[in-house]
Amino acid sequence: MDVVNALAQGLLLGGLYALFACGLSVVFGVMRIVNLAHGDLAIVAAFCAFVTLSATSLPLWLVAVVTVPVFSVVGYLTQRLLLQRSLQSGPLATLLVTFGLSVVIQNLLLELFSADTRTLDAGSFATSALEVGDVSLSYVGITGLVLAVGSIVAIQLFLSRTSSGRIMRATSDDPQTAALVGADARRVYGIASAIAFATVAMAGIVMAIRSSFDPSLGPAQLLFAFEAVVIGGLGSLWGTLLGGLALGVVQSLVAVADPSSSVLAGHLLFLLVLAFRPQGLVPARAS
Amino acid sequence: MSAVLQVHDLDVHHGQLRAVSGLDLELDAGGKVAVIGANGAGKTTLLRCLAGALPASSGRVLLDGEDVTELPAHRRVRRGVALVPEGRRLFPSLTVEENLLTGRNAGRSGSWDLAAVYELFDWMPERRRQPSGSLSGGQQQAVAIGRALMTNPRVLMLDELSLGLAPVVVRRIYETLPRIVAEGCAVLLVEQDVSQAMAVADHVHCLLEGRTTLAGPPSQLDRAAVEAAYFGLAEA
Amino acid sequence: MSAGVPAVSRSGRSTRPTSVVGAVLLLVLVALPFLVYEDVTSSLVSLFVLIVIASMWNLLAGFGGLVSVGQQAFIGVGAYTVVALADAGVPPYLGVLMAAVTAAALALPTSFLAFRLRGDYFAVGTWVIAEVYRLVLVKIDSLGGPSGRSLTGMNDVDATMRAAFTYWLALGVAVVSVATCFWLLRGRIGLALTAVRDDEVAARASGVDVTRAKRVMYLVSAAGCGAAGGVLVVDALSVQPNAIFSVQWSASMIFIVVIGGIGYLEGPIVGAIVYFLLQQVLADAGSWYLVLLGCVAILVATRLPRGLWGTVHDRWGLSLFPVDYRVTRAPAAEPCPAVRT
Repeated sequence: MDVVNALAQGLLLGGLYALFACGLSVVFGVMRIVNLAHGDLAIVAAFCAFVTLSATSLPLWLVAVVTVPVFSVVGYLTQRLLLQRSLQSGPLATLLVTFGLSVVIQNLLLELFSADTRTLDAGSFATSALEVGDVSLSYVGITGLVLAVGSIVAIQLFLSRTSSGRIMRATSDDPQTAALVGADARRVYGIASAIAFATVAMAGIVMAIRSSFDPSLGPAQLLFAFEAVVIGGLGSLWGTLLGGLALGVVQSLVAVADPSSSVLAGHLLFLLVLAFRPQGLVPARAS
Repeated sequence: MSAVLQVHDLDVHHGQLRAVSGLDLELDAGGKVAVIGANGAGKTTLLRCLAGALPASSGRVLLDGEDVTELPAHRRVRRGVALVPEGRRLFPSLTVEENLLTGRNAGRSGSWDLAAVYELFDWMPERRRQPSGSLSGGQQQAVAIGRALMTNPRVLMLDELSLGLAPVVVRRIYETLPRIVAEGCAVLLVEQDVSQAMAVADHVHCLLEGRTTLAGPPSQLDRAAVEAAYFGLAEA
Repeated sequence: MSAGVPAVSRSGRSTRPTSVVGAVLLLVLVALPFLVYEDVTSSLVSLFVLIVIASMWNLLAGFGGLVSVGQQAFIGVGAYTVVALADAGVPPYLGVLMAAVTAAALALPTSFLAFRLRGDYFAVGTWVIAEVYRLVLVKIDSLGGPSGRSLTGMNDVDATMRAAFTYWLALGVAVVSVATCFWLLRGRIGLALTAVRDDEVAARASGVDVTRAKRVMYLVSAAGCGAAGGVLVVDALSVQPNAIFSVQWSASMIFIVVIGGIGYLEGPIVGAIVYFLLQQVLADAGSWYLVLLGCVAILVATRLPRGLWGTVHDRWGLSLFPVDYRVTRAPAAEPCPAVRT
């Protein structure tokens, strides 16, 4: 059945959107900023994996396993060396800096790799699928969904069970008072940024295995991730997962009827939520 | 007794306004100093500056003889200066126990841990899993004090404990002060209620428009002098 | 009173010479098609468009505190309005006026959605909305769908005359845009937004209708971008949806305003000239040009947050379009005029 299949594919796609979105959600929750280069970072990760894969004979899974922690370190450093400075110069500056970063990344990639589309060669993994009745679930898609749920569970556990996570929530509530109990906001923001970079790198690599990519795709990923966060409800990671799934399902279902309207349908879902349920599907704890 | 905290000729600006000027103050280990003064006298600004939350414009702050004037708040609390801020400022998305545990972040060891705080406020263990916002004002104030104690401070600063609380609740909180001091920590408190401050402290410091107008042990200050210093009346 | 009452005025020492120089400059610009070759005036058209869109973005972000990454929505709407009206027989030059009106009309319902988001989320939300406008417009087959359309109704106009008219149109839109910003900011709305910029809570408490003031800014800004879109299509004689709705327009506005000086009316003009000159010099550098521009914008945003004009303003107190008040101490003996504006 077309609809059941579209629903299943939508859930897999939505999982990938949630993976894109969870880092955005964490960073906004802690720092109240949106990194406009978020989507472009995923493309950078895809190109990093692509280059490593062509230059060495390492297997793709190993490349991915190395890229993700490297990205989290880069995220920590980007926050400490570039964004922290702009956070102190007022609310406008971070937007301007991350937007500038987005333009720089896109055009650098364009100069280095041209506008050609590429794919990450994952061999049989990319093409094989789990057959459930009439529905075929690609392993790549399942990986994306599993990584999304896994990342969100891990981030939730980090926030609720560890002392760094506790301090991150405290800093998100009230950075001045958190400093009074010894929280170094710069470090907390660095960790949030490291989480965002790591998850978006995963998302970028999964996306690059699923479909072809080129330097211009970043902004679209940012918009989908952003929509997932708003649809789900600001400040709730489970909401972000739900928002991503809703977005994926709507895009996928509409694509059955009219493939050219699928992205528009996702945007309209976002606008409908904004108009009629601005708190999102899963509102954050009232505080 | 040696001074834990020494403040020399301190100026603090709040925006363009000089909120504290030329202030000198000394706090001995185990001492209890109260800063009194009317609204806008610069009391809260003084404490926030001593905690590192506001920069000093000039002057020096010494902790155990070491200059900490330039240290930001999160590093100062690691040296042992804790502030219970005005309005309690608990973290609303954290439970009671999680609020207390944030104090561990200062990385100081000492006699204050969860068990000690729970012993000091015996009602707290049964509510430790509740969100901090669900507590009454007095209970929240106790959690804020507990959170500061969890940093094992050398100097505990309390800003307007009694604000918005019923007198009986205030009294119960002040009753815990001797226990806190007995653990070897000095207390610097800001209080609008003069008689409360005079009853608790062994040294009183009166501020008017950021300047010290009167200082001394409560036993040596007569009520009229305090009133004059508090309101800025010319002495007759 | 020994020192005299401070006098409050708006005109700085530079204001009067500015008006004279400005008037002369404007006359020269108007006469330019008679003085220089067509390629000069035609490249100036793109400078004027940059000045318009950057001034509009500055109005939103610099004064209204609304950072939008989606003003290309209204550039596109404006361009398509001119195309659609030309099909109906409306002369394209008149269509540009209607483009401004249409953009403002669509901005009104849009604002109710967009204003549900604040700060950074407003920025990304407006971007999504711009995408929605693009995706909806490409569904209209009569407007050319995804591949775009050419503008009708311009074939019977002589090429030289058309270039001159387009130039005057662009100049006119630029002058009106800058003048509108100046006029808005000196009026009640400007006062309200200045109050909001200084302290939003206090402004609300003293009865300033903050949302209304911001909405007016949003509508005016949309109108300006709509007119700019109209000029673009009249200049190019065709429209391509991906280009006219490109986020690149937002990048240009943002870089121009940040480099020129956000929150100063002079900022976008200075920034647009710098941007325009860089564009001419680095025309062959391809994407490296944008890499460089992005780096410059990041540097300016972090190291020189008031931009080029803000730095000039701070150092010499220079102001061509004074919208803020300045307090000067009057001589003691002289009886003081209260408030001059």
